[in-house]
Amino acid sequence: MVQICIIYDKIRFEEKTLFRKIEEKGLLSNLIDGKSLTFDTNSRKDDFQLGDIILQREVSHTRGLHITACLESLGLNVVNTFSVNEVCGNKLLTSLALVKYNVPTPHTSFAFSSESANRLMESLNFPLVVKPVVGSWGRGVYQINDKRAAEIWIDSREEIGSPFSRIYYIQERIDRPPRDIRCIVVGESIVASVYRHAAENEWITNVAMGGKTEEGPMNSELQEITLKAAEAVGNGILGIDLMEDKERGYLVHEINNTVEFRGASLVSKNDIAGSMVDYLVSECRK
Amino acid sequence: MKTECKDCGAEITVTNDAMVGEIITCPDCGADFEIVSKKEDTIEIKPAESVGEDWGQ
Repeated sequence: MVQICIIYDKIRFEEKTLFRKIEEKGLLSNLIDGKSLTFDTNSRKDDFQLGDIILQREVSHTRGLHITACLESLGLNVVNTFSVNEVCGNKLLTSLALVKYNVPTPHTSFAFSSESANRLMESLNFPLVVKPVVGSWGRGVYQINDKRAAEIWIDSREEIGSPFSRIYYIQERIDRPPRDIRCIVVGESIVASVYRHAAENEWITNVAMGGKTEEGPMNSELQEITLKAAEAVGNGILGIDLMEDKERGYLVHEINNTVEFRGASLVSKNDIAGSMVDYLVSECRK
Repeated sequence: MKTECKDCGAEITVTNDAMVGEIITCPDCGADFEIVSKKEDTIEIKPAESVGEDWGQ
């Protein structure tokens, strides 16, 4: 019987639902706290009784990435793979992957020092949207309306000790309805499409920021762009976020590698967690 | 099932279906705790990790 291991560092709605779905399907489950794991250069696959396939669900991107590297080096099958985690966990790498695969995405500029960020932002048209390259839930995402606000944002980044704060990710602001679309992709299928509406007096649509969900569209254009975006980062279990530009149509702006689906599950008719478990079973039989 | 907040001593009620690894919040002081173990009538908690810069989905 297939055993599915979920590596977590915090049990959220998603991990709980996936765990119950594994049990419901009569499969073996193994819940492992990633914070409890240790490895060394002599570690072997047989030292770990984890299961036939591992679902990486760490909320900490850095920890998840490093644990995945250790697990893969032992020859264990991890979803999502290290490569997918690395690209999706970093917005700059995601943007580059999308461009490489000709996936429509907002125009985005990058700078690597406060001086070059100032010069760059002066040359762009305000308003702009700035985002941290690593991080999620809408934290640190701001709309910058003018040069003065840009200077303040750049100065504030200097105060942060993290090396990621010296990577400046600056995006055009898309003229869009106050919503975006989250498509949950499992393998080569879209299992859910939901609109995420920004909360009142808020422009960010993340559910973590109070955004509300509603069943989303599922047309051929959306399917094509979404699946191409998934392919661009290496496929797996992904949350593809798209905006609707009034002139250019769908633009992919983010891809999540440990996708949260609580909001989507409230409005989707599909069994999102069940599809994920079925995919894991099919992957470990390959 | 009930436990005591390690920060302020208030009583925290934990639902029966709570799992090890879940985060619970003290209703009085707002401190977050991770459930470390859960057996019949006893529940062990520790302070939860604070949200990191790299946390997310």
